[in-house]
Amino acid sequence: MARRKQPECPEVPNEIKALPVRRPGSLVAGVIVALLAVMLVRGMATNPNFEWDLVWKYLFNEHVLNGIGWTLVLTVTSMLIAIVLAVLLAVMRKSVNPVLRGVSWFWIWFFRGTPIYTQLVFWGLFAVLIPHLTLGIPFTGIHFWQMDTAQLNKVIAPGFLAAMLGLALNESAYLAEIVRAGLEAVDPGQSEAAQALGMSRSMIMRRVILPQAMRIIVPPTGNEVISMLKTTSLVSAVPFSLELQFATDAIANRIYKPIPLLIVACFWYLVVTSILMVGQAWLERYFGKGFDGQSAMPAGGDGGDGAAEPKAKAAPKASIDGDRTPEFLGLNA
Amino acid sequence: MNEQTANEEPFEAAQTAQTAQTVPEMPAAQDPRGQAGVIPAVKATQVHKVYGSLHVLKGIDLTVMPGTVTVILGPSGSGKSTFLRLVNQLETLTGGSIEVDGELNGYRHVEQHGADVLQTLNDKEIARQRAKIGMVFQRFNLFPHRTVVENVMEAPVHVAKVPKERARQEAMAQLERVGLADRADYYPMQLSGGQQQRVAIARALAMHPGIMLFDEPTSALDPELVGEVLGVMRSLADAGMTMIVVTHEIGFAREVGDQIVFMDGGVVVEKGGPEIIDEPKEARFRDFLSHVL
Repeated sequence: MARRKQPECPEVPNEIKALPVRRPGSLVAGVIVALLAVMLVRGMATNPNFEWDLVWKYLFNEHVLNGIGWTLVLTVTSMLIAIVLAVLLAVMRKSVNPVLRGVSWFWIWFFRGTPIYTQLVFWGLFAVLIPHLTLGIPFTGIHFWQMDTAQLNKVIAPGFLAAMLGLALNESAYLAEIVRAGLEAVDPGQSEAAQALGMSRSMIMRRVILPQAMRIIVPPTGNEVISMLKTTSLVSAVPFSLELQFATDAIANRIYKPIPLLIVACFWYLVVTSILMVGQAWLERYFGKGFDGQSAMPAGGDGGDGAAEPKAKAAPKASIDGDRTPEFLGLNA
Repeated sequence: MNEQTANEEPFEAAQTAQTAQTVPEMPAAQDPRGQAGVIPAVKATQVHKVYGSLHVLKGIDLTVMPGTVTVILGPSGSGKSTFLRLVNQLETLTGGSIEVDGELNGYRHVEQHGADVLQTLNDKEIARQRAKIGMVFQRFNLFPHRTVVENVMEAPVHVAKVPKERARQEAMAQLERVGLADRADYYPMQLSGGQQQRVAIARALAMHPGIMLFDEPTSALDPELVGEVLGVMRSLADAGMTMIVVTHEIGFAREVGDQIVFMDGGVVVEKGGPEIIDEPKEARFRDFLSHVL
C-alpha cells in the first residue's frame, strides 16, 4: 500500500555527487540564440510599423470576435462531418465488397489529389453547376421533391454550407487514411479473440477495434483539427466572408493598415490552437487508458505486494508511448 | 489399439482415408469415459487445409467425446494450431468436415437440382456456433482497453444479452474460479502473463461453452508462471469440461489427457491414451518426446 503513493528516494550510502560534463559549445550557442531572440523581440516592440496601438484597438473588435466564432463553428462542424465520413471510408476501404473499396479509393484519390482552394471555389459554384436538386426515381421523369440549389447558399449564412462541405470532404480523405492506419495497427489477435466469443463483425469493429485504434488515430487527428482551423482562412474562395481571416482583412482594407490586423489574426489563431492542444492531450490520455500504467490504477482495490509490481512493469511502456508522440506530430505538422 | 495400427502409414492419403470409415465407432468403445451412442463433442473427418501452395493439414480424423481432455502434441509447423483454429472457424476448411455436438461447422446441407450441396452459413450463424466454443490463445488477446471484469463481461452482455448486473456477478464468480477476483478492476497490462492467461480462461468460460480450446496457453509465459495456468486447466478438466489442448507440456498431457494425439507434417502420426507418452510406437513420436522431455 505504501508503495502505491509516491515512494521516498531510498538512501544510497555511496551516492555519486559529480560535476556535470562540460559543454562549452552549447553554452556559446545558447548565448547567441538568446541574444538573437532578445533582438527580435525588441525590434518588434520598438518598430513603429507594427503599430501595436492599432493591434490593441482591434484585438477585441466586434467583427474580429465574430470572426473567431465563425472560424470555430466551421472548424468543428466540418471536422465532425469529416470524422464520420472518414470512419465510413476506412471501413469501406477494408470491405470485402470491391465496389465499396473502389468508391472509397476514388474518393480519397480525388479529394487528396486536388487543392483545397480549387475545391472550395468549386463548391462556391455548386449552384451554377447543378441548379436543381430533385428526389425521385432514377432514370425516369418521376420526382417527389425539388429545390433550387441557389437557396442552399442562404442556409445559416451566405456560403456557409459550401464552405463547410468543401472543408469536410477534403478533410475526410486525409482522415480516412489516418483511421485506416489506426485500424490496421490493432493486433489481429484482438479480432480473433472477439470472434471466438461469438461477437459479430460490426460489434467487433465498434467495441474492440475502433476503441483501440482511437489511441493511434487521436494524435494525428489533433493535428488535423489544428490544420483545419487554419485552413478555414481559405474559405474566402467560396466566398464565405465571416470568419477570422476575412474579418481582419476587411478591417485592414478599410483603414489601409494590413500589418496590425494580420497580427490580430495571428494572435487569435494562436490562442485557439493552444486551447486545442490542451484538448488533444486530454483525449490522448483518455484513449490511452489501459496502455500506460498510470491512468489505470483501480480506486479502492486492495493493493498488497502484487499492486506495486505491475506498476513497475508498466512504467517503461509509458515512456515508449511518450517517445512515439513527437513522431506523430512530426509526421503531420 | 486398432487406430494406431491403422495409422501406421500416415503419409498415404489413401490409407488415412480408409481409417476414416473405422474411426467413428472406435473412440466411443475405447475411451474410458465415452459411451457408445453418445454424440461426440467434436468429430473431425478427413480435414484438409491448404494455404496457397502449402498443404498444412492432410486428412485429419479426430473424435473428442464429451467430458474428455484431448492433448495435441507435435513440433511447430505440424498443423496442430491450425486444426484448433478450424474447430472454432477462425480458418475455413479446404476439405473434409468438422462436427461440433453433431452440428456441421460452417455449412448446411441443402438440395439443389436434386443433388446434396453445401451452403455456407452467414456470419450470424457462424458467430452462434463459435459462441458454444471457448478459446484461449497463446498471446492471451485480452482487450487492453477494458478492465479485467469488463473483459469477462463483454461477451455475456453484448452477445448473450445478459443484464449487466447479473453478468458482473457471474464474471466475478468466474474470476473467483481462476483466483483473480481481487484483480477485477485492473487493466490487463497491469497483470503478469500468468494472471492475464487466467483472465482469458475466465473470459472464455463466461459464455458457458461446451468445449474449451487451448492454443499453446503457456508458451508465452515465463517458466515460473506456467504452473498457475496449468492448475486452472487441471481444475477445469476435473470439473468435467471437454477440452482440446495444444501444448508442449508433456507432464500435463500425461496427467490430465484422456486422449493424446501426436501430429507431424499435417497428419496424425499416433494417438491413444496417456500411456503412449511412455511407450510411443512411432519412431517420430519417440524422437519428438526425446527432444521435449
